[in-house]
Amino acid sequence: MALLEVRDLVVAFDTPEGEVHAVNGLSFDLEPGQTLGVVGESGSGKTQTAMAMMGLLAENGRASGSVRFRGQELLGMSTQELSRIRGSSISMIFQDPISSLNPYMTIGDQLIEVLTHHRNLKRKAARQRAEEMLHQVQISDPAQRMRQFPHELSGGMCQRVMIAMGLLCQPDILIADEPTTALDVTVQSQINLLMDELSEQSSTAIMLITHDLGVIAGLCNQVLVMYAGELMEFADIDPLFSSPAHPYTEGLLKSVPRLDQIDSGILSAIPGNPPDLLSLPVGCPFRARCSYAFDQCSAHPSLRETEPDRWTRCHLDTLPKPTENKAD
Amino acid sequence: MVSSLLKIDDLRVHFEIKTGARWFKPETEIVRAVDGISFSLKAAETLGIVGESGCGKSTLARAILGLVRPTGGRIVWMGESLHDLTEDQMRGKRKELQMIFQDPLGSLDPRMTVGQIVGEPLKNFFPSMSRLQIRERVAGMLKMVGLLPEQINRYPHEFSGGQCQRIGIARALIVNPRLVVCDEPVSALDVSIQAQIINLLKDLQKKLRLSLIFIAHDLSVVRHVSDRVLIMYLGKIMELADRDTIYHHPRHPYTRALIQSVPIPDPEAERLRTRTTLGGELPSPANPPSGCVFRTRCPHAIDACAKQVPALEAVSNEDKENSGRHQVACIRQQELNN
Repeated sequence: MALLEVRDLVVAFDTPEGEVHAVNGLSFDLEPGQTLGVVGESGSGKTQTAMAMMGLLAENGRASGSVRFRGQELLGMSTQELSRIRGSSISMIFQDPISSLNPYMTIGDQLIEVLTHHRNLKRKAARQRAEEMLHQVQISDPAQRMRQFPHELSGGMCQRVMIAMGLLCQPDILIADEPTTALDVTVQSQINLLMDELSEQSSTAIMLITHDLGVIAGLCNQVLVMYAGELMEFADIDPLFSSPAHPYTEGLLKSVPRLDQIDSGILSAIPGNPPDLLSLPVGCPFRARCSYAFDQCSAHPSLRETEPDRWTRCHLDTLPKPTENKAD
Repeated sequence: MVSSLLKIDDLRVHFEIKTGARWFKPETEIVRAVDGISFSLKAAETLGIVGESGCGKSTLARAILGLVRPTGGRIVWMGESLHDLTEDQMRGKRKELQMIFQDPLGSLDPRMTVGQIVGEPLKNFFPSMSRLQIRERVAGMLKMVGLLPEQINRYPHEFSGGQCQRIGIARALIVNPRLVVCDEPVSALDVSIQAQIINLLKDLQKKLRLSLIFIAHDLSVVRHVSDRVLIMYLGKIMELADRDTIYHHPRHPYTRALIQSVPIPDPEAERLRTRTTLGGELPSPANPPSGCVFRTRCPHAIDACAKQVPALEAVSNEDKENSGRHQVACIRQQELNN
């Protein structure tokens, strides 16, 4: 049994324009110590997957399917039961570190609260543990920081506090939703290095949601590529980056300029726009933007295991070699 | 000698901010957002400006366009100092200097149709143009940026982020500017759409012989579009050089740290590279370090760095062709690079 089993997860929202399917039948497992990257564009459903797992969907949202944590079903669990798991066994870090912290409480009080609530520690013991944790995420002068309020710290510092808070109870799973997107390049690389060290030192499974393929390449073992609420490709990082099996993955990899390669002058962009979730096209959702699309693509492709541990949702068995394909 | 389109000479933009009051006496601090920047730009050239948030790159852009008043230095546009112009004369110049903004939807008026948005600059700068002429020009412009002329009566909210950025580009280009300042034009867009917009900008630049100032924090994007790159830190230039020189032979410790911080989308390469991350964070521009502003985070800082503000100097030992084009502000650049 995997640590976390997600099966046929569907997340739908009722909107005045109709029902929007943000996630459409997503299944995956998470094992202890694994670092799973989730990539996709805005609207691909990557954040809503995490929100559904944590029971944090907006009021008009519904999740169906199954999310099992250590065999226990999380969907439909009461808030009381969920809050025993949230923050203690599964914790989450959000994109905007400053607004994720409570502006009325000192850093110390917020960290101590986690431990007194989930671990029944006395304040004194909790304070000591919190200070140790701040030290571990390389915050200088932890005792001083504990007395400060979030607005007194920089964005990078706040994200370190969030990571410290997420790890306080030594969770089994840490979900990080675009943890470095709002930060500057040099600070981003500090935080990534920190996450890398943490994942090596502990058995905490990390689910890293991002749109940045470079961050995934540096931190993850496996990657899940999402598009229009569906899983398009799942693979270990090495094969995914060296020989993507899905045209969308290939398109993403080719559309980013890279510092380590000679600049060829023109970027091969993916044409068109992501589909409207209110009226998804029949067949493959990527069909309209895909350079390999053919007749069969009007039928919805199912997810297939092409090699052990390698899944793709495409009618093609292999993508044509780079020399044969054309940019448009 | 190629004459330059734009010449910036020792430009300073300082803001006064209130930090508190004691006994009815307000206390103020000076924020040196742009502090002594000099560079020049040729016709049809793209200059990339890179720096972290708070380094003053957006203020620099706004000063060039006359949207904030510089507190010192000169901006010379085609041989004419913009500082001496009256508000009316400056209005005439704005036709030649246009801007593209970061937030594609936020920079468009939600109550105006695309036709009105793109046509408005024409109405302002060419009051004699008839409505029909304007409509024709707008339709042609929409086609040029990859939108359909039929979409002319639609409103911004009907478009995606990438399409809104195309509208912003059309609005900037419709008056045939010579220089377009792009302030983080793709950072709010999805990866697959970023490439579309970058390709469009490069294509239009070539076609229209535009000069671009391309401000971004993404070093890989900047390398892709720029001819020359300027690296800023706390209001000052750290390094300025041709694109390939900056990326292949960076000389300033800050430039090197920036380049090393960029994650590479290749697991093999990521495993092999030695990560030297820069410690600490950007100091407050209201209270910059003495001497070299970068010294508090610099791995090579010595005592002398605190005492002396390093001048931006040309690198001397490079080949003749390049002489004077590679400038670095670091007192240790000779010993560190030999």
